[in-house]
Amino acid sequence: MTPTKIISALAKPILGLTLAILALSAPLPLPPTQPVERYFRVEASQFAYSPGVLQVNPGDQVTIDLVATDVVHGIYIDSYELQASADPGQTARLTFIADQAGLFRFRCLVPCGQLHPFMLGKLQVGPNLIFLRAVLLSLLGLLWVLWKKPLPTASI
Amino acid sequence: MGAMEKAASYRFDLTRYAWVRRLLTSRWPQFILRAVTLAGFMLVILTGFIGSPVGSRNFAVMFVWIAWWSALKLIMLPFGGRVWCSICPIPMPGEWLQQGWLVKPGGKKFNLGLRWPRRLRNTWLQSAGFAAIGLFSALALTTPVVTAWIFVGLIIVAVVVSVVFEQRSFCRYLCPMGGFIGLYATMAPLELRPQPDLTSVEKGAAVREWPRGCPWINNPAALKANANCGLCLECLRTESGESMALNARSFDAELGQPGAFRLDEAFLSLGLLGSVMIYSAVFQGPWGALKNAALYAGSPAWWGFAAFFLLTSFGLLPALLAGVSALVRRTGNLGQPLQMVFTRFSRALLPLGLLSWIAFTVSFAFGKMAYLWPVLSDPFGWGWNLFGTAAVEWQPYLLNATPVIEAVLLVAGLIWSGRTVLKTAGQLGVRGERRWAAAPVLLFALAGTLILLWLLIG
Repeated sequence: MTPTKIISALAKPILGLTLAILALSAPLPLPPTQPVERYFRVEASQFAYSPGVLQVNPGDQVTIDLVATDVVHGIYIDSYELQASADPGQTARLTFIADQAGLFRFRCLVPCGQLHPFMLGKLQVGPNLIFLRAVLLSLLGLLWVLWKKPLPTASI
Repeated sequence: MGAMEKAASYRFDLTRYAWVRRLLTSRWPQFILRAVTLAGFMLVILTGFIGSPVGSRNFAVMFVWIAWWSALKLIMLPFGGRVWCSICPIPMPGEWLQQGWLVKPGGKKFNLGLRWPRRLRNTWLQSAGFAAIGLFSALALTTPVVTAWIFVGLIIVAVVVSVVFEQRSFCRYLCPMGGFIGLYATMAPLELRPQPDLTSVEKGAAVREWPRGCPWINNPAALKANANCGLCLECLRTESGESMALNARSFDAELGQPGAFRLDEAFLSLGLLGSVMIYSAVFQGPWGALKNAALYAGSPAWWGFAAFFLLTSFGLLPALLAGVSALVRRTGNLGQPLQMVFTRFSRALLPLGLLSWIAFTVSFAFGKMAYLWPVLSDPFGWGWNLFGTAAVEWQPYLLNATPVIEAVLLVAGLIWSGRTVLKTAGQLGVRGERRWAAAPVLLFALAGTLILLWLLIG
């Protein structure tokens, strides 16, 4: 097999991969929403936040009161790079404008026990577009597989 | 034959280059790599027993579960198949006793040389081992001494099996990682195979040279699948070694061809798919009750977790796939027994399983990788600073890219599995114009993908 043929065989998967990345990450204009103030009291205990999922709209002013109920816990919000920590029974406050849309994990910042590295929550700002696009891409991918020319068969 | 199919059947013999063959036939490079990995695992055991009990401050936990386990799933397995098995240090002490040598033949042997029991020549024990590690995964991933005991236990079992049984029976039939790696090595772009134009005389010579099989108990001259070839390379080092080749191939080269798949392999395939879903929920989900249930082994909640883990991975998923296989069998008017239809479709779902594990690792590894730098300088957690990295602060890497990478991997796994499901349906006798008969299996794969998408990026 010549290099040209290898390239032609790889062209389709590479094109598909590029299209998939574009479909998942291309920016999409969202209808504007009226920003509001959002308040969350988040209780942190080994090894979870309650509530574990916070939903806001882009532009909202968000206030999170972190209450540690057992040992010292922290909070670090991915991409926003905001952090705070609270002693047992104490409250730490984070206030920020939700100016980045998407799904962001927040994590405990202070070693709080065995499963500390896995103490996670989610901040969803607007719709979770990557997830929705991935679901759509899965459906389209499967339909493409079904609709394309039948594959050559061989005996078992 | 289309361009894709031509590419799938293409092999490039890497050993056609004399220097590659020389490198592979010498035992020294492999021995040096194994010595390095052995030293690394000795340090794991030492730090696990006497180092800091805090997982994120201990080399054992960070090296095994973040560095090694991630490198295995992200690089070694998808691109090299069983390449880890070729440098794995776990069987080394047992092999030394069994063969009387580590680098070159010679020396006194301690080995009864029994054949592995016929009833256990399958992957059931490997599935059980992998499930057992899964049940204690939250504990193992966070408790250095548990990680150390796992490795001590594996080495002890490997030594005992090597002394009692022939060759590398431990690696072939018992090692829990071996089952995982072997199954997914089917899709690796690397294979050790006999030369395609091997004459029957040459095949006979290889059989005479390996009357009871190579160290992995295969007849090298008849190798057709990656699953049971540990890439130990011993077949290249014999007189008939010229008749063997290390080939580069396409990812789909083996899976795209019809291939037998046993019931035990089908259960392992589905068990691994179920395991990655549960791991994603435990380690990447926001559910504290689930994390605590997985952590506190022996508690009533842990028993509930154990039952859920085992029933989902080895009960629910196989039952659902058996159900949809029966539906395909009926709507596609297939004459094959249900077990064959079920096992072949389990094989077709291997790409989804492998890419799900890779996606899970991406979600997991980049967030935790920064814990590695301090433990490199301070492996015991005793306040050392060997390389000046002890004070590097934790921060997650590639935050914005990882959800896109995870989504692409899962969708790619679904499409690859979808194509393989249709190919398998064709091999089973479903006619091209009736390929919709395979839709239930495709829906099964889609449901698995959507669950993983929800768990990882939803």
